[in-house]
Amino acid sequence: MMASSYNAKDEDGHITVTGPGGGTLRSKKPENTAFKQQRLPAWQPILTAGTVLPAFFIIGLIFIPIGIGLYVTSNNIKEFEVDYTGVDMSSPCFNCSQNFSWNSTTPCTCTIPFFLEQPYESNVFMYYGLSNFYQNHRRYVKSRDDSQLNGDMTSLKEPSKECEPYAYHDNKPIAPCGAIANSMFNDTLELFYNDPNGTKVQIPLTNIGIAWWTDKHVKFKNPGVGEANQNLTTAFQGTTKPLNWRRPVYELDAAANNDGFINEDFIVWMRTAALPTFRKLYRIIKSPSNGMMPTMPRGNYTLEVVYITTMSKNLRQNLFNQLNPDYPVRSFEGRKRMILSTISWMGGKNPFLGIAYITVGSVCFFLGVVLLIIHHKCGNRNNSADISN
Amino acid sequence: MKSDPDPLIIDTPTSPVTSGLPLFFVITVTAIKQGYEDWLRHKADCSINECPVDVVQQGKVVRTQSHKLRVGDIVVVREDETFPCDLILLSSSRHDGTCYVTTTSLDGESSHKTYYAVPDTMAFRTEREVDSLHATIECEQPQPDLYKFVGRINIYTDKEEPVARTLGAENLLLRGATLKNTQHIYGTVAVYTGMETKMALNYQSKSQKRSAVEKSMNAFLIVYLCILISKAVINTVLKYAWQWSPDRDEPWYNHRTENERQRHVVIRAFTDFLAFMVLFNYIIPVSMYVTVEMQKFLGSYFITWDEEMFDEELGEGAQVNTSDLNEELGQVEYVFTDKTGTLTENNMEFIECCVDGNVYIPHAICNGQILSAASSIDMIDSSPGGYRREHEDLFFRALCLCHTVQVKEEETVDGIKRGIHQGRPTSFYISSSPDEVALVEGMKRLGYTYLRLKDNYMEILNKDDEIERFELLHVLNFDSVRRRMSVIVRSSSGKMQTREYLLFCKGADSSIFPRVVSGKVEQVKARVEQNAVEGLRTLCVAYRRLCQSEYEEACHQLTEAKLALQDREQRLAQAYDIIERDFVLLGATAVEDRLQEKAADTIESLHKAGMKVWVLTGDKMETAAATCYASKLFRRSTQILELTKKRTEEQSLHDVLFELNRTVLRQRSISGLSVDCLDFGLIIDGATLSAVLKPNQERANPSNYREIFLEICRNCSAVLCCRMAPLQKAQIVKLIKASKEHPITLAIGDGANDVSMILEAHVGIGIMGKEGRQAARNSDYAIPKFKHLKKMLLVHGHYYYIRIAELVQYFFYKNVCFIFPQFLYQFFCGFSQQPLYDTAYLTLYNISFTSLPILLYSLVEQHVTMETLKREPSLYRDIAKNSLLRWPVFLYWTCLGVFDAVIFFFGAYFLFDNTTFTSNGQMFGNWTFGTLVFTVLVFTVTLKVPFLNYQRMYYVFMQMLSSGPAWLSIILLITVSLLPDVIKKVLCRAVCPTATERAQKVGAAGALEGFVAPGTATAAEESNERDLLHRDRTCEGDKATRTYDSMMSHSHSTPLSKP
Repeated sequence: MMASSYNAKDEDGHITVTGPGGGTLRSKKPENTAFKQQRLPAWQPILTAGTVLPAFFIIGLIFIPIGIGLYVTSNNIKEFEVDYTGVDMSSPCFNCSQNFSWNSTTPCTCTIPFFLEQPYESNVFMYYGLSNFYQNHRRYVKSRDDSQLNGDMTSLKEPSKECEPYAYHDNKPIAPCGAIANSMFNDTLELFYNDPNGTKVQIPLTNIGIAWWTDKHVKFKNPGVGEANQNLTTAFQGTTKPLNWRRPVYELDAAANNDGFINEDFIVWMRTAALPTFRKLYRIIKSPSNGMMPTMPRGNYTLEVVYITTMSKNLRQNLFNQLNPDYPVRSFEGRKRMILSTISWMGGKNPFLGIAYITVGSVCFFLGVVLLIIHHKCGNRNNSADISN
Repeated sequence: MKSDPDPLIIDTPTSPVTSGLPLFFVITVTAIKQGYEDWLRHKADCSINECPVDVVQQGKVVRTQSHKLRVGDIVVVREDETFPCDLILLSSSRHDGTCYVTTTSLDGESSHKTYYAVPDTMAFRTEREVDSLHATIECEQPQPDLYKFVGRINIYTDKEEPVARTLGAENLLLRGATLKNTQHIYGTVAVYTGMETKMALNYQSKSQKRSAVEKSMNAFLIVYLCILISKAVINTVLKYAWQWSPDRDEPWYNHRTENERQRHVVIRAFTDFLAFMVLFNYIIPVSMYVTVEMQKFLGSYFITWDEEMFDEELGEGAQVNTSDLNEELGQVEYVFTDKTGTLTENNMEFIECCVDGNVYIPHAICNGQILSAASSIDMIDSSPGGYRREHEDLFFRALCLCHTVQVKEEETVDGIKRGIHQGRPTSFYISSSPDEVALVEGMKRLGYTYLRLKDNYMEILNKDDEIERFELLHVLNFDSVRRRMSVIVRSSSGKMQTREYLLFCKGADSSIFPRVVSGKVEQVKARVEQNAVEGLRTLCVAYRRLCQSEYEEACHQLTEAKLALQDREQRLAQAYDIIERDFVLLGATAVEDRLQEKAADTIESLHKAGMKVWVLTGDKMETAAATCYASKLFRRSTQILELTKKRTEEQSLHDVLFELNRTVLRQRSISGLSVDCLDFGLIIDGATLSAVLKPNQERANPSNYREIFLEICRNCSAVLCCRMAPLQKAQIVKLIKASKEHPITLAIGDGANDVSMILEAHVGIGIMGKEGRQAARNSDYAIPKFKHLKKMLLVHGHYYYIRIAELVQYFFYKNVCFIFPQFLYQFFCGFSQQPLYDTAYLTLYNISFTSLPILLYSLVEQHVTMETLKREPSLYRDIAKNSLLRWPVFLYWTCLGVFDAVIFFFGAYFLFDNTTFTSNGQMFGNWTFGTLVFTVLVFTVTLKVPFLNYQRMYYVFMQMLSSGPAWLSIILLITVSLLPDVIKKVLCRAVCPTATERAQKVGAAGALEGFVAPGTATAAEESNERDLLHRDRTCEGDKATRTYDSMMSHSHSTPLSKP
């Protein structure tokens, strides 16, 4: 195909455009260097049974302990998961998700009690999990304007075309624009510890440190940060909030270092998940400073989900016939979960890595044995053949 | 793009730059290479076009540029200048109207050739005189044959009828030739300028040669194209199946734009299909072509750099004219070799002559003195009878006269004389045929020295130091059809008292004997045959006395034929045929053409490497067969099958062919059982070959003979084709090329007569020989000596093939690895064409991440050491028939790629499954996922090539690599991905190792020896391995030693391999 057209031999033979090396010839003796004479020293890994067998055993011997270690570590991680979608009639959130009338001004709250069998020590991480939510859909993934999120004033006023159809509303640019931002998760989750003595103690949740450092400090910036007499409200002037949002972007948090584009909940949401079933870090429960008590002792807890009307009335009527006051996932058969997890050095609970290591190590070991037998047999056969010959 | 109203604009999943950059890179690299070559060509064109030329205009010499030359211009050429176009010689500064020319750049002959001016214009001395010439030239249409020219010049003198003179090749000075030994000449731009010159016509562009590897590469590409299309189709179909429910198609969080909604579903589906094509297009290894091209281009330097292929005598090493065929050198199945100058040195040495059966041997080579040589003759010549004496005299004179040898002139005439007198090589003979030089030099050693040709008189210094002069009347030039040449001379002085006309003829025995009427034919024939068996080149010498009338008639016929404008060749041949008859046989000569250094060793290696060696020669059967024996092409044990004219005269061709076929087949069935494996050698001559190849009208199946012939050839280890015309050589190559196995052929030769075969074969190799550079120039590779073929094929060819094969397979493998995860990812992102990898990775994967290591690898890879390859030619069989690029291998690599891709993807998938990776609890996104897959991919793919690669750092990357599990999973996934290949290799090696692998093992064991203390276990193991190596080749080894022995005895019995 292409290569066949490369050979540009001299059509007119007189013009000796010789091929490679034509110029270097000229009756000169080639240099006697190791490279030119192809005598470079080389190490050749020949995969013979003799060299590979030990490697297999070694891999096996290394992988199996690693696997066991990983598995044990993973098993020591405590994880608790509760589904609060409210699909079943019996579910406490059923009412909120089903029968709640959207035009009510009071937020709907549902309360889910749960019981932790083991105390959770050190920092506990609280996640929300969504399933069947295609954050990795291409149309969705690219529906954002990174330069707008980086604080660029021009992009703020003229969002990228990629954000369509979430770029303009009422002829005003949307900040932050795009489908991702528009669909930001906005259920409010609160945790309460039911003391054995009957009191209900709210567990303090930290929302700092849930986003990547690079995202928070490099990728995401509020517009007009360095300028004098600028607060976020004026910086976002002339823009409108995303359609589904209840509040504009500059009112996401009271704290200045967590408001606007650098709001960590927002940043976490903006990092699109790889798979349709995903979880995202919601809050961190810091371990108490005295260190004597577990962060979450064994006992009864309550999860309170506060639903906020996510969409304006008109839009909702246009799009859905059913009325969803909460973050709506039921339309696409999604699920919402709250996960509490402790973390080890290797991250969250994931037995897969440990099991995989053990499996691969065992397979290697087994193969080593098999190869040893084959090697032994073959060697014998060759020897006997030699003798008979 | 989305807001664009045009519905046909495809929303590409990757930016145009991402997809376009690799292609742009490929095209740029190609363009630079082509542009560079174009520029070189342009420069060369300019230098040719603008070189100054002196033209006579209005009686003055005007300097102009060569591209301004027009037909009819009169050009002045000075000594050592090159002719700018084809010229007719009008006059020369030499008084006899001749000029000397070398045609080294045309046909490679370095000898000085004499060209003659038109007699009527010979006398012109000044520009004015030349300018006053009024003449017309008629000539034939331009044709590429360098040695043919037919034309006529009509010179108009005042008031008289125009004088017509014939013009022949001897009047035509060819463009590209150089003027020598002549101060200046005046020539007319007679006929041909520019592209019409014979030189330009001879350099028609060569046909493109494509290697087998390229062909399989293209086949693989088509498969991958199909995979690409089917992937896109599958995904498009699945996408629409999946999107059936509107909640999936457009969930509330992810709406289409209005434009998109308005598009028709068919258009949407089509654009989706195209988008998938764009997404998966990386499976087609675009950069492979550039890498392959660069690998070939850079790799071919190793041939030119090879010290072992450098020849001190010539001062030149091997030369690469086409780097496209490097790997084809490792695939050769048939080797067609020329004999003279290729297998043999073409360094002729006069061995003996026989006059009427009496043998004369000059053995004065040691001191080079004439006297001892003369005395040797006297000793043999103890009983001189009158009749015999006369024949002897005639014989020696015939050899001194019947040739076209020139004496290389020294500065003065005296110089020559003195030189020859003293027997020192101050003057030497030059001829286009080395045989003639050998003969004339042999005569010199026997006492008859040819001095020179002066004014049409040939001067000979005879045994008694007398100068004899003969008037040279006609030369009937040698041609390969007649296979003889003659001269007609008239003795004028010396011993030949009578001034009689003599015709001396020398030529091949087959062309002389039928024309002999008297002489001791039997004795001479016996001697000739004996000499031929010994591998000597024999010529017969005969003469004929012409009386005045006969001479005149001959003269008449010759002139008439020479004057003819049409069919001059044919008429000349007729005239020659009439004149050259009724000979009296004088004797025969024998000249040895020594075998090239290590020719036998090379042939033996090629045989062991599984190649079939065919010798194609114009020589006679006996001589050629002798050379074949000497070069071990035929061994003593070889059963020779003859398919010659002699046999077909006795039996019909049909019977002979069938009989031979039966013999071969029977033998094969027997040898299947017995240990004693006989091999066959076939000898066929040109006449029989053309009969075999001639379409047979009588039979229903015209290709019948051809098939049988091929069947016989297939079973013969060596074939000798003698009496071949150059075109027949090419025919044979074509025949084999077109046979049903389509074997890869290689042709090697040194002379102009081999060019056709060199161009026809898959790989053409030219030897920078004595017969000129034409073969070397038309070849794909040029080597100084035949022995270099061994290294060229067994080492370089082997390496190149392995390298390119692995390069190609690897490229497909790595692209499957790359794209298959992306395909799998579509199942998890709603078939939305979401790329798994970042744009930068998509672009750079093929350009930089993975192509440099493999390029380096493919340049320097040596799976077996050079020494092993040279020592074990049978390793060549391992890679025969494109074995590394067959479909199973390709399938294996593709499956491996798919397996690895599945490991990468699902490994990452399960790791990502609802968990966090970092110790701060933060989650990763889709780009991290892709980067993880990509990292594992690059590591694995690069570890496949045992090289390290540099990684591009990225935020995502840093974040990912800062977590332990990511590393652990990388290690795990790499291990898993590399596992199957390692297991397969080890298993294959243990269960059914190929010869190469065994050789590697032995090499490794040998290397180990130095390190490991001489423990018994190691030694035992090593010997086992050695035994293993031996056991499989026992049959072959035994055979080799046996034939070796027989060869030794053979060389005892006959003085064949004389030092």
